[in-house]
Amino acid sequence: MAVVSTPATLERALPVMDNAEVLRIRNDFPVLNQLVNGQPLVYLDSGATSQNPVSVIEAEQEFYEQRNAAVHRGAHHLAVEATEAFEDARQTMADFIGAGYEETIWTSNATEGLNLISYALSNAGLWAAQGRGDQGLRELALGPGDQIVVTEMEHHANLIPWQELAFRTGATLRHIPIDDDGNLRMDAAAEVIGSRTKVLAFTHASNVLGIINPVQELTALGRAAGALVVLDACQSAPHLPLNVKDLDVDFAVLSGHKMLAPTGIGVLYGRQELLDILPPFLTGGSMITTVTMERAEYLPAPQRFEAGTQRISQAVALAAAANYLTETGLDRIHTWESGLGQRMVVGLDAIPGVRVLGPAAGKERIGLAAFDVDGVHAHDVGQFLDSRGIAVRVGHHCAQPLHRRLGLTATTRASAYLYNTTDDVDRFLEAVAGVRAYFRA
Amino acid sequence: MSLDQLYQQIILDHSKARHGSGLSVTAAPADAATGQSHQLNPVCGDEVTLRLAVQDGKVAQVAWDGAGCSISMASASVLSELAPGLTVAELHQVIESFREVLRSRGKVQADPELLGDAAAFEGVARYAARVKCAMISWVAAEDALNQAA
Repeated sequence: MAVVSTPATLERALPVMDNAEVLRIRNDFPVLNQLVNGQPLVYLDSGATSQNPVSVIEAEQEFYEQRNAAVHRGAHHLAVEATEAFEDARQTMADFIGAGYEETIWTSNATEGLNLISYALSNAGLWAAQGRGDQGLRELALGPGDQIVVTEMEHHANLIPWQELAFRTGATLRHIPIDDDGNLRMDAAAEVIGSRTKVLAFTHASNVLGIINPVQELTALGRAAGALVVLDACQSAPHLPLNVKDLDVDFAVLSGHKMLAPTGIGVLYGRQELLDILPPFLTGGSMITTVTMERAEYLPAPQRFEAGTQRISQAVALAAAANYLTETGLDRIHTWESGLGQRMVVGLDAIPGVRVLGPAAGKERIGLAAFDVDGVHAHDVGQFLDSRGIAVRVGHHCAQPLHRRLGLTATTRASAYLYNTTDDVDRFLEAVAGVRAYFRA
Repeated sequence: MSLDQLYQQIILDHSKARHGSGLSVTAAPADAATGQSHQLNPVCGDEVTLRLAVQDGKVAQVAWDGAGCSISMASASVLSELAPGLTVAELHQVIESFREVLRSRGKVQADPELLGDAAAFEGVARYAARVKCAMISWVAAEDALNQAA
């Protein structure tokens, strides 16, 4: 009798992660096995960029050693192999985020994905003004009187493209404020989001606060207003199970380098009906059907949004990274990292003069904590931790308006991933406890 | 290289003392030529606004406001003590020497005769990410000096 196991049931059968498993996982990451300033490296900067397991590094190397060629052209053996690897990788990423194959577009990173959406939308206005495209396209165009809504906690990548879209189209940019704990003020959201809102863009999880935003509630407000809903999944897709269809968003972006893949590769999800009518952002080779000296016809998505030679080996490596995460189990990773996040907050709260941003201990947060040390600048905190082999991020974390709102210019951020143990967090906490004495604060 | 070589005692002292800080409450000498410069390090948010007064060909006063890490604040403090009394040409020479040491990645040793307390920043040159912190007030001083002289 055949025993049928789906990956989902296998995943449920696995026990919760523990330090022993994490130490085994860590062995897959060569870069973590080194001394920094004479001490074993504690890498707590995965929110900025994550490290690569051997399987990802080998996937990229294997591609170059055995299959490298331009994709979608040429009839030779390598071209076929490369195209298959590239498109298989797309299917892997589509499955990873619960999107359709044609809805999964390669980008350089989330920043490019967000710029792609914003430029495609302003191109919709330019096309509509010239009588190009159909009624569906005209409805996507923005103009004076229309509104774009973001939140006060956004990374600059999910703010500035919208500022510039507002500038180009004459639309108005508004934002949903946060309260002192960093929560989005949903009462204000209900007022800010209205019938004039054409775009609602927000982050799934904050790279500074560690907060997970109420996607369903926000999306419902956006839907009721008839707005396009754009989700920045940079800090969520690497760390927790994500399904863009369940979340009912129109667009979502992620960066590969934050989820165990190399730099230079990311994914944009777009709902099929929208991708079918949106004008392209970048134009050129690989995205056309017929070209004359006067004009061109474009391919449907995803190629429509993938002009020029693509990041092929990086796409293959990103798929390997997604497989690594899926095999480990994103719900298990999420549970483990949430525990590390709590351990950070509880530990930091116990250190005099340290103020943690975002949700209090016991409240939901992903595995990161940004904090201020009274009397010591974040740069000095980071330098002190580095001298003890601990890597953290210092600065405004590309969220100046959020820091300003909280009365700060720079903070220190520790961000964990599946390869961090509780010992890593404890070594970090022990080091932070020594900061104020060293700087005589 | 140890942390203590970066954060020398003299730097930690100056980061607390902040000589010359209080631009808004310090009046420039009445008949002096002044220049003022605002510099920002977008990476970490270090910020300095520095005013420099020149009288009879010599630096008469340095006053500044700023926010930032101990390296940036200490370096503004040291500069404020060092510059007054120097001729315009001498301050240019000191700034150039300071810059050369900091950009050398540790290859050029500081001349304590010329740089005084600023020689303590020699260790910063080994930390590429911190060179701008040490330089920010000096860049402001150079700009202000060019305006005033």
